[in-house]
Amino acid sequence: MDWKRKHILGLSDFLPDEIEFVMDTSRSMEEVLSRDIKKVPTLRGKMVVNLFFEPSTRTRTSFEIAGKRLSADVVNFSSSGSSQSKGETLLDTARNIEAMKPCILVMRHNASGAARFLSRHLSCSIINAGDGLNEHPSQALLDLYTILKVKGKVAGLKVAIIGDILHSRVARSNIHCLGKMGANLWLCGPATLLPREMARTGATLTNDIREAVKNADVVMTLRVQSERQKATFFPSIREYFRMYGLSNNIFSLAKDDAILMHPGPINRGVEVTNDLADCGRSVILNQVESGVAVRMALLYLMAGGAHVAD
Amino acid sequence: MGRTGEKIILDGKGVERVLTRLTHEILEKNRGASDIVLVGVALGGVPLSGVIRQNIKNIEGIEVPVGVVDITLYRDDLGKVGHQARLKRTEIPFSVDDKRVVLVDDVLYTGRTIRAAMDALIDLGRPKNIQLAVLVDRGHRELPIRADYVGRNIPTAQSEEVEVCLDEKTETWRVVLREGAPDKGE
Repeated sequence: MDWKRKHILGLSDFLPDEIEFVMDTSRSMEEVLSRDIKKVPTLRGKMVVNLFFEPSTRTRTSFEIAGKRLSADVVNFSSSGSSQSKGETLLDTARNIEAMKPCILVMRHNASGAARFLSRHLSCSIINAGDGLNEHPSQALLDLYTILKVKGKVAGLKVAIIGDILHSRVARSNIHCLGKMGANLWLCGPATLLPREMARTGATLTNDIREAVKNADVVMTLRVQSERQKATFFPSIREYFRMYGLSNNIFSLAKDDAILMHPGPINRGVEVTNDLADCGRSVILNQVESGVAVRMALLYLMAGGAHVAD
Repeated sequence: MGRTGEKIILDGKGVERVLTRLTHEILEKNRGASDIVLVGVALGGVPLSGVIRQNIKNIEGIEVPVGVVDITLYRDDLGKVGHQARLKRTEIPFSVDDKRVVLVDDVLYTGRTIRAAMDALIDLGRPKNIQLAVLVDRGHRELPIRADYVGRNIPTAQSEEVEVCLDEKTETWRVVLREGAPDKGE
């Protein structure tokens, strides 16, 4: 298979072969990260711009490290203290950055579709690092990578995604990604945060966390996205935790070798209990570790190829 | 003879004899097998390095370490080759510090692959020296690189293609020279 994509905007139109290709490339990148000198000259002379209009620690740092490991020049741009606060439009900001000749623009924005919008107006490659409620493809790919690394496969595994499905771009990308790779997906949350349309993806929907976690191979809890919740979706944080928080009691319903995942940042005592987040079956930090290898793979794939010539 | 315009340069027996000679040359030049490690250049050099390892074991009774180097991340034509190349895996599960590293590849052509392989090796440590063994040297160098051990010198035109193939089932080798194929580099 040849890699032909110029942008990574979302996983909804990815083919399983392309996802496999990214996984395979990521494994090679992991080998680079295991060396004493964790750097290769692949992207020398190329510039990667991180354009983040929303707060981010993990994703931005992860892309920055990934770029530096490949010898790219990485420039970070965050909206606080930028011209955006002086009233510049997104397109103007992006065009100004493009004038400085980046090879790849990694962007996060609170509007769904922002990455696709810019991809129509700019000539550089764009990697969507989260757009509103839409997608966060690199997170889903690193989640898949983590599952494959621990479990050896994903097809046929029961994966339960629990929490604020409505506001979660991580959930949407994971539903595309894990669904295409043959996982048996269960989505669980309070009725107000679990859109019925999600049933069209082939996933099983439930409001009962016990049913979702029972015999699961992978349990993924999502952050309660308070900043996106413009109305009241549940009575109180305490009640949310009682109904949908993951405790030892609930997690024990999953298979004995089940793993616990969370895209971060964790609200301890809301989505998951303190001790469970730190337990041996939690792969939350493995997810962060996988992130660098997977993002190196994405930068590598974006920086070459036929599209560079056009 | 296969397709028209195809010429077999070495058959299975021929390749085996050449590799036996190369092994002796390596052992002669290094006065034995101590401190030697073999590193095959992915993909073509990998099975060849396996044969040389076995030969060294038969002759000296020593099992030398064998690794694989993938040069894709060190290429100088990233983004110029139509599509992004699929990565292979570098697997060198031993230290190359102070070792005599024998790089093994199937065909030596422009020398760019070997330049990249040496850069990759040096990122992994500080070998005592790096030597190069190739089954076929077809000329047309673009960099000042030469092999220490050469199986066959084959004069070629740039439009021709040299292919070293290993039939996995019968474990027999073949070196084939073809005409007119589009030039794809080393």
